[in-house]
Amino acid sequence: MKRDLESVVSQACRKFDNDGVRIIDILREVQNRLGCINGETMELLAEKLSSSRIEIEGLVSFYSFFSEDPKGKVIIRLCDDIIDRFAGIDQVAKVFSEELGIGIGETSSDRSFSLEYTPCIGMSDQAPAALINGVVVTKLTPGSAGTIARSLKRNPDPSRLVKKKGDGNNAGRLINAMVKNNIRKKGEVLLSDRIPAGAGLESALKKTPDQVIREVIDSGLRGCGGAGFPTGRKWDLARRTTAARRFVICNADEGEPGTFKDRVLLTERADLIFEGMTIAAYAIKSKSGILYLRAEYEYLRPFLENVLKKRRKAGLLGKRILGKRGFDFDIRIQSGAGAYICGEESALISSCEGLRGEPKTRPPFPVEKGLLGHPTIVNNVETFCCAARIIDRGAQWFAAIGTDESNGTKLLSVSGDCKRPGLYEVPFGIKAAKLLDMAGAEDPAIVQIGGAGGEMIGRNSFDRKICFEDLSTGGSVMIFSSHRNVLKIVDYFLEFFIHESCGYCTPCSVGNVFLRERIQKIMDGYAEEADIDYLKDLSKTIMMTSRCGLGNTSPKPVLSSIDQFPVVYASLTRESKQGLQAGFDIQKALAESRRIAKRTSMIYDPVYGSENE
Amino acid sequence: MNKTVIFKIDGVEVRGKTGQTIMDAADEAHIYIPRLCDVEGLEPQGSCRVCIVKVNGRPAAACTQPAADGIEVENGTLEILNCRRDIIRMLFHEGNHLCPICEASGRCELQAMGYRLGILQPAKYPYLQPVRPIDASHPDILLDTNRCIRCGRCIRASKYIDGKNVFGYVGRGIHKRVGVNGKDFAHTDVHPDDKAIALETCPVGCIIRKGLGFFTPVGQREYDRAPIGSDIENPELRREK
Ligand SMILES: Cc1cc2nc3c(=O)[nH]c(=O)nc-3n(C[C@H](O)[C@H](O)[C@H](O)COP(=O)(O)O)c2cc1C
Repeated sequence: MKRDLESVVSQACRKFDNDGVRIIDILREVQNRLGCINGETMELLAEKLSSSRIEIEGLVSFYSFFSEDPKGKVIIRLCDDIIDRFAGIDQVAKVFSEELGIGIGETSSDRSFSLEYTPCIGMSDQAPAALINGVVVTKLTPGSAGTIARSLKRNPDPSRLVKKKGDGNNAGRLINAMVKNNIRKKGEVLLSDRIPAGAGLESALKKTPDQVIREVIDSGLRGCGGAGFPTGRKWDLARRTTAARRFVICNADEGEPGTFKDRVLLTERADLIFEGMTIAAYAIKSKSGILYLRAEYEYLRPFLENVLKKRRKAGLLGKRILGKRGFDFDIRIQSGAGAYICGEESALISSCEGLRGEPKTRPPFPVEKGLLGHPTIVNNVETFCCAARIIDRGAQWFAAIGTDESNGTKLLSVSGDCKRPGLYEVPFGIKAAKLLDMAGAEDPAIVQIGGAGGEMIGRNSFDRKICFEDLSTGGSVMIFSSHRNVLKIVDYFLEFFIHESCGYCTPCSVGNVFLRERIQKIMDGYAEEADIDYLKDLSKTIMMTSRCGLGNTSPKPVLSSIDQFPVVYASLTRESKQGLQAGFDIQKALAESRRIAKRTSMIYDPVYGSENE
Repeated sequence: MNKTVIFKIDGVEVRGKTGQTIMDAADEAHIYIPRLCDVEGLEPQGSCRVCIVKVNGRPAAACTQPAADGIEVENGTLEILNCRRDIIRMLFHEGNHLCPICEASGRCELQAMGYRLGILQPAKYPYLQPVRPIDASHPDILLDTNRCIRCGRCIRASKYIDGKNVFGYVGRGIHKRVGVNGKDFAHTDVHPDDKAIALETCPVGCIIRKGLGFFTPVGQREYDRAPIGSDIENPELRREK
């Protein structure tokens, strides 16, 4: 047994040249082969990599896909997004649980199955969905869940579950998934069928790096990952920092609840992404690039590796790209291990360095001191695609689309209560109402724009525009009809943030827990007016004092729902009686002691006398 | 290289040098910016956020933000004070801080900060009342992470001063805590002389020496004598210390 362990650990370390920077890959390997990374394994790893047990424990306990306790050979991860919840994931969970004889978060005693919930896996347009080891299953029903569970009990190979394949490259041998692209609207920049292969890179190499950067600046392209930083300026800053090495990183961590646009680009526009990265490398003088792929998208990895291989063969990557002397560049794929925060660019860099995925202190910014201390640009998948198109078609062409401050088109991932969930490429500036109409939303009442930390709007705001000047978004648009409960949605987002906060700073790790406690108090019907002020004050402190974008935005669903749905909050707020706290429920407060004292109340306890058995 | 930079804290002119943080420059100018995770002799990490200030209107942690020419820093405004109070309250409510029975009472920086910032009623937030196991495996030292504020001072002291790795962060989010390099504390290479476990390293009562309880009489403990930060505001006190 000990021998086995040692050989697995040494093999995993050797596969990555005993390089401590690659420890996330090493841990992934060990986790997959052993089903866990326990104390003994940590000590062995520490020895091999001249690290320490505590550092490895720090990583194992940080990333959701690692575990100290043994996991089943088949791990079923049910997507616990709000969209999936409303689509019935809990009924699906119940069936899995009954069929497999284990609860959520449990592993069967023979270690054949683990069942757990996981945050958004990027399939909101085909919810409810789940990941079974690497295999994606979509549009689950209690019926299909039963069939899947029974089939896995007979034969634990999840790839056999893919019967009906998805469209486009999803159906190919290397992806082989039932995932659908659900492309509903093609625009001229990204989803057009007439994008000439390689035109951007060819055109870039005819320009000087400065001219390439100029073109991107002039196009007005802003980062598509959510923050909207001007892309050309980012490249320019990295280029101007004197350094021997520079890095280009593509952020394919796509963890924002309700977003799946990058998934579709990775599936259908892989060459364009790598082309954009290559152009960026040429512009900033970089020799190495990384595509940071979230663990949930591991099913795309063989396909992406193959695209890279083909590009190397065609002289589009590697030494002397397209015959250009001195222009060498290559890309490797770095897999994540289950942490939303790793989408934050400096946390992503930490993760690429083999550290806990915690954001770094700024300044210095990544463009000055990024990966391993070298200037680094991190851009979103969509941003690199846009850049390649801009260099092909010119800054003016791009700048002519969209609004004054938001140029080009935007990929919107639309999910929730509508007839046509999926991907829409529309010019910036589109009104929310128009998008809702296109998506076939019949009774939209609540729309969450920009993911968990985005803005929640109600009917009175549907004529607002989607663009950086108004409703800013990295691409997530979640639609909820009038029978959905606003507070349930807010509560879900807070639960998500609590789960995904890295814990580095106090206000984010603690404050979000307090926000959620108060939202639940309101849901339970014990709120008073002062609770609304409490929420606003606490939100302000969290947003102002948190260290990164997660805590700077996590209270936004609270604040925007208070602003947009005052009537909902008002209807749940009671007057406090004679200075007593309305929020204090004496029966609830005494429940525990009554249980211990075995004295139940016939009036207040639904299970009167049951504990006396 | 080390040019002088001139900037303002709450309207008062401060001179610092390039390469200094706002906190460094403020300390030298005898202006106290409250802090918990930052301590002299260790690299700042900006995690507790108590030292939040506004720099030209934008929030930043004074312990990591570089001093720069011409910046306007807000430190003593009501807005900042309220943020700091909230953060201190969060720390009190997130862990189990029972001052009356805590050995660190009187020299505890969290407790002292509560007093300094005028927090009289710690009742604003709910108590999370964690139940984290106490590690008493080591013959000389006891670890009670229920009183930990995750400032990481022990982690940094072990790494950068003792040249070891006795402590490290594990878990994430609200479950992030300080762990030890072994199956328990007795299985680490900690030494009683390590800076990581020195009294002044842990700002609270998380790292406790066995057999050395309540050694300073009430009235003579560090913060019985003067509020936290007094040594920075008043250089006389500093010399005495
Ligand atoms: C908590 C958090 C999560 C993020 N997740 C992502 C992500 O999954 N993908 C992404 O491209 N950007 C994400 N970002 C934004 C990145 O920090 C960064 O702004 C972006 O990758 C830069 O690329 P862009 O300028 O091309 O948008 C996230 C930011 C935060 C604060």
